[in-house]
Amino acid sequence: MSQIDARSPAAPAGAEESEGSKARRAPSDAAAPIQERTVLDDGAIRRALMRIAHEIVERTEQIDRLYLVAIPNGGVPLGRILVENLASLTGQVVPLGILDTTLYRDDLATRSARPRLRKTEMPSSVDDRAVVIVEDVVSTGRTIRAGMDALMDFGRPSNVRVMALVDRGHRELPIKIDFVGKNIPTQPEDKVIFRSEDESGGQGLLIVVREGGQHDRS
Amino acid sequence: MIGRDILGIEDLSRAEIELILETAERMQEIGTREVKKVPTLRGRTLINLFFEPSTRTQTSFEIAGKRLAADVVNFSVSGSSVTKRETLLDTAKTLDAMDPDCVIVRHKVAGVPHRLAAVLGAPVINAGDGAHEHPSQALLDLLTVKEQKGRIEGLTVTIVGDIAHSRVARSNIYGFSKLGAEVRVAGPPTMLPAEIESLGVKSYTNLREAIEGADVVMALRIQMERLEGACFPSVREYAATFGLDRKKLRFAKEDAIVMHPGPVNRGVELSHELADHRPSVILDQVRNGVALRMALLYLVAGRRRKAGGVESRAASATGEE
Repeated sequence: MSQIDARSPAAPAGAEESEGSKARRAPSDAAAPIQERTVLDDGAIRRALMRIAHEIVERTEQIDRLYLVAIPNGGVPLGRILVENLASLTGQVVPLGILDTTLYRDDLATRSARPRLRKTEMPSSVDDRAVVIVEDVVSTGRTIRAGMDALMDFGRPSNVRVMALVDRGHRELPIKIDFVGKNIPTQPEDKVIFRSEDESGGQGLLIVVREGGQHDRS
Repeated sequence: MIGRDILGIEDLSRAEIELILETAERMQEIGTREVKKVPTLRGRTLINLFFEPSTRTQTSFEIAGKRLAADVVNFSVSGSSVTKRETLLDTAKTLDAMDPDCVIVRHKVAGVPHRLAAVLGAPVINAGDGAHEHPSQALLDLLTVKEQKGRIEGLTVTIVGDIAHSRVARSNIYGFSKLGAEVRVAGPPTMLPAEIESLGVKSYTNLREAIEGADVVMALRIQMERLEGACFPSVREYAATFGLDRKKLRFAKEDAIVMHPGPVNRGVELSHELADHRPSVILDQVRNGVALRMALLYLVAGRRRKAGGVESRAASATGEE
């Protein structure tokens, strides 16, 4: 049970994308302090989300067919900001769904404990909608693959695109990001973590990098 | 919890119960979709091993497994010869050789699921064993109360009926107590075990006192054929004294809910009116049963031992005695 509890629902969602590199990551040295580096602060994230809103408007023929689908946990606050930004640009309130991908993961059979589930709330069918999947950090692409499979259970969208606040590379599947906040080159053993306002201790939205495997990086 | 047996609420910690309920709350959403299926347990095999007929529980587990994309096989055994130990172990060996990822067991003898769990390579979920426990029923009852009341802690829950012979009562006593509710039991003296208060519940033979101020009143099914004359003089007298209707329910809290594990003997445990209408939540219990069982299967299904035949484990289990 404690294995499951270790993944609390409040765990930074960015940790999700580091899953693929978990096997390769060296065990952390208990003596070494955890080093975190902020790579995107609140202002930078909000500017990126406004720029992305402009890009979405520019590249979407019918804004009234748009449907944002956020992957929890990190995608949800980002999706809410995008909805606000899109409303200020177009005057239209774009529907925002929340889609947990846990039950569609490809690593359930190999893990020793089942991950905790997060809430799914899809306000309506995605039939004939132009869906944009909203994610905080994309790496291997496996979560996006799971998200696309989950999405198809809610209908047949006319097209699906992906927005990521951070693309950190190390793709393991042929997934492309259509709208990206920032490309951040990383080592596979690094962790890129998104912190929402509730998690950052008064610093607003944050993207931090926690470097792993310090032995081969100095 | 992968590979973990769910044999009774007595063995579960509060944190484990809360994880199961939270997982079930997430599973509820799948039941509202047009496509009510997720690929989570694709390629997994679940066996419903029912030595005692039970349409509801068996169907509920079957639907739960299928919504998670598992292959569900119903292995129904009737007759009494299977209660002999050799036969039971033979059955276990046969099943284990088919490599199931979870075995759901219902048996009229208490302890059979434990016996099977000792020899099977797959986790065992107890779907009711004699008068011992019925954990998935208690968990779905907890889920329903949490859904209706928003909490369990601090509530007063009265269980009415044949406490002595009821696995539902026993599992619910453990479950509601562990989550911080006050549990009361009520019934004719012949249906209240003498030592029942040692489980931390208050026992009543007066229905009015028992449901005074209760948030939840749970009626248990009376085995009329078996118990009439033995535990109570007549069904009519039981209904008059312990049958719930709107009039008696007035002593409970104004917003009290009424529960029943089903199937209801109409006009006995519940009046016709209560069997069909609020504040009874019987169909919510049934609906939640599927989500709850999906949660259990999600958390535990999967073989716990990679190698080793059941034969050696069966032999060592026998050798211990």
